[in-house]
Amino acid sequence: MPSDTSEVFLKFNNVKKSYDQKSLVVKDFSLDVEKGEFITLLGPSGSGKSTVLMMLAGFEGVTGGDISIAGQSVTRTAPYKRNIGMVFQNYALFPHMTIAENLAYPLQVRKMPKADVKERVNEYLNLIEMGDFGGRYPGQLSGGQRQRVALARALIFEPTLILMDEPLGALDKKLREQMQYEITRLHQKLGFTVIYVTHDQTEALSMSSRIAVFNDGVVQQCAAPAELYERPANAFVADFIGENNFIPGKVVKIAQDQATVAVSGGATITAVASEGLREGGDCVISVRPEKLFIQPTSHAYDNEVKAEHVTHYYVGDFIRYYFKFANGTEINIKVLNDLAAPDFKEGDEGTLVWLTKDCIAFPT
Amino acid sequence: MTDNTLSAADVVLARRELRRRKLSAFLFVAPLLLFLLFAFVAPIATMLVRSFYNPTVANLIPETLEQLAEWDGNALPSDAAQAVFAADLKRLANERSSGKLAEQVNRVFPGSSSVIKSTARRMRRVEDADLQQQGRALLLQANARWGDPEIWKAMAKTGSVYTPNYYLTALDLEASEAGGIQARDGAKIYVTLYTKTLRVAFIITILTFIAGYPLAYYLANAPTKTANMLMVFVLLPFWTSLLVRTTAWIALLQTNGVVNSFLMGIGVTSSPFDMLYTQFSTVLAMTHILLPFMILPLYSVMKGIDPSYMRAAMSMGDRPIPAFLKIYLPMTLPGLSAGALLVFIISVGYYITPALVGGTDGQMISNIIAFHMQQSNNWELAAALGSLLLAIILVLYWVYDRFVGASNIKLG
Repeated sequence: MPSDTSEVFLKFNNVKKSYDQKSLVVKDFSLDVEKGEFITLLGPSGSGKSTVLMMLAGFEGVTGGDISIAGQSVTRTAPYKRNIGMVFQNYALFPHMTIAENLAYPLQVRKMPKADVKERVNEYLNLIEMGDFGGRYPGQLSGGQRQRVALARALIFEPTLILMDEPLGALDKKLREQMQYEITRLHQKLGFTVIYVTHDQTEALSMSSRIAVFNDGVVQQCAAPAELYERPANAFVADFIGENNFIPGKVVKIAQDQATVAVSGGATITAVASEGLREGGDCVISVRPEKLFIQPTSHAYDNEVKAEHVTHYYVGDFIRYYFKFANGTEINIKVLNDLAAPDFKEGDEGTLVWLTKDCIAFPT
Repeated sequence: MTDNTLSAADVVLARRELRRRKLSAFLFVAPLLLFLLFAFVAPIATMLVRSFYNPTVANLIPETLEQLAEWDGNALPSDAAQAVFAADLKRLANERSSGKLAEQVNRVFPGSSSVIKSTARRMRRVEDADLQQQGRALLLQANARWGDPEIWKAMAKTGSVYTPNYYLTALDLEASEAGGIQARDGAKIYVTLYTKTLRVAFIITILTFIAGYPLAYYLANAPTKTANMLMVFVLLPFWTSLLVRTTAWIALLQTNGVVNSFLMGIGVTSSPFDMLYTQFSTVLAMTHILLPFMILPLYSVMKGIDPSYMRAAMSMGDRPIPAFLKIYLPMTLPGLSAGALLVFIISVGYYITPALVGGTDGQMISNIIAFHMQQSNNWELAAALGSLLLAIILVLYWVYDRFVGASNIKLG
């Protein structure tokens, strides 16, 4: 199928992995990546995302299925022949070599002439804005600087594919945001393809072209960040990406992709029906805290449920309210900290309202 | 602007706090410090002093030595000096300490021991007045060798309190007549022994490296359960008596031992190999005994090396073996140097194993030191040999520090 693979750069075809010959860590992983895409593998620890990365880099064998780059299968290719740049969580900068020697390493392995090596190293040192640091050792650099060097070292031999294994995990929040910007900048400038592994969803949402959400060795959903957030495919993704409230109920009827759900305690909610929802079956309705409003409000709404105020926390830019439905379901709401933020005491009753398109009913 | 300086009262309080901290720190180390002072520093210091300070003869015949100081050293000493010596000998004979003098002089001038002892016995029976008047004749009458200037020279030589002679002997040298230094006649026993000791220690270090490095690598990368179990086997020699391990090698290597029986059984050889009591058996047994000292520092350093370093090297296109040599090996250098230094220094001073399995061929410098301590009773020479050994090790350590850097040593 040459026409099929012409646009696909990297292809995972039903890849499986088992470490103990008994259970699969990765089950039937399939993914097509186009050239220049920034794909993030996101999932809780132990979900198999790092294993996929290690199989792609060649450090773990593939139990079943096939991985191909530019139409060529690399499943049986030795790691040093794959020409894949990799950034590790601990950076893996060689401590006994200077920054310039670290950067020159992949070029020397490729037998590049000395003068060219020097020129290229300087070019990349300038690219990461560390032109004066060539003579230092990794131990003399800060975390952010090491991260930049690790990135430059993975890029310097111009691989078409870059793998990053939680590269920002060891940095503090502020540096992490700087480095996210740095990686995005280099990605846009140089146009390489990235496979990025992280368990930090804000990182994933702000950097990726597409995100593959992993759980239990299976990709739950692979979509662009906005779609993942707004239209999660199942309850796991809805819960894992961002915050969500889950209201259990029973589907009364489904019409035109809208489900009418009866919630124990008397309320009825209309929600977007997800795939696999059956009339008469149990379901959970997910609704994000920032999509809920407390009456009185000027926002339009389709659903209206009475709830008892439990407590609220002052966070700063917003206030978080906790309510309890008559059936005991706890709901939290984020309200912007402006003049309209309502004042509640414990036990007060409020009315929560939201739109049908902002909530999704998932089968359970 | 804030004022950070301390007031006078604050200074007093701060000093008191510092003093208290220093005192408590000292109290923590005090027991060990005292123990080391009495059990380590003091004995070594006295041994070092003994190697160049020997007042025995000076204490035995002080008056004779006074007289000999005026002697020109060519012909025989003056009659007066000889008479004083005869008187000294009588006193020594009465104190029953002429043997000590004989022993000391004999070391410099072999054969003089019996001369001094027999003459002393004779002098005991002579009146003091006769000694003073015809001391020289009486000495010659007792033994004709008192007419030889050499014995007098030997006496003057041993009489000096500070002497470089033991160090010269330890280096197979001696002081020449003219006051210079010359090589001693005969076999160069000590220099040969030193070089042999260093060579054997070096071979053992290399062997422990060859055997220990791959094992340490395997242990550091094996699953915890396997690694812990194998670690017990590495540590087992530590928990077994040194003597048991050494005698085990005797049982294995002796003429009718396990190895020879096996080799003859499978027809490799018809007559047994001489393996025990050779340098070969010393090297073999010491490699076995010192292996843990190489493995443990290597293991602890390798344990701290993340597998991602090798992966990074390979992802950049380097093949496993060059990547290992360029990345992994340099990163294990701290453990390697610690292990090599430990094994080398321990084996340079090793005593029991060479003594038990080494025979004559496998003796090391420590065995000859022990010989001078226990059998020839020449503590001074033993001290000089030991001090030289210490100096050699310090020099080697200094060289090592210059080229590798002592800060690179990592034990765990």
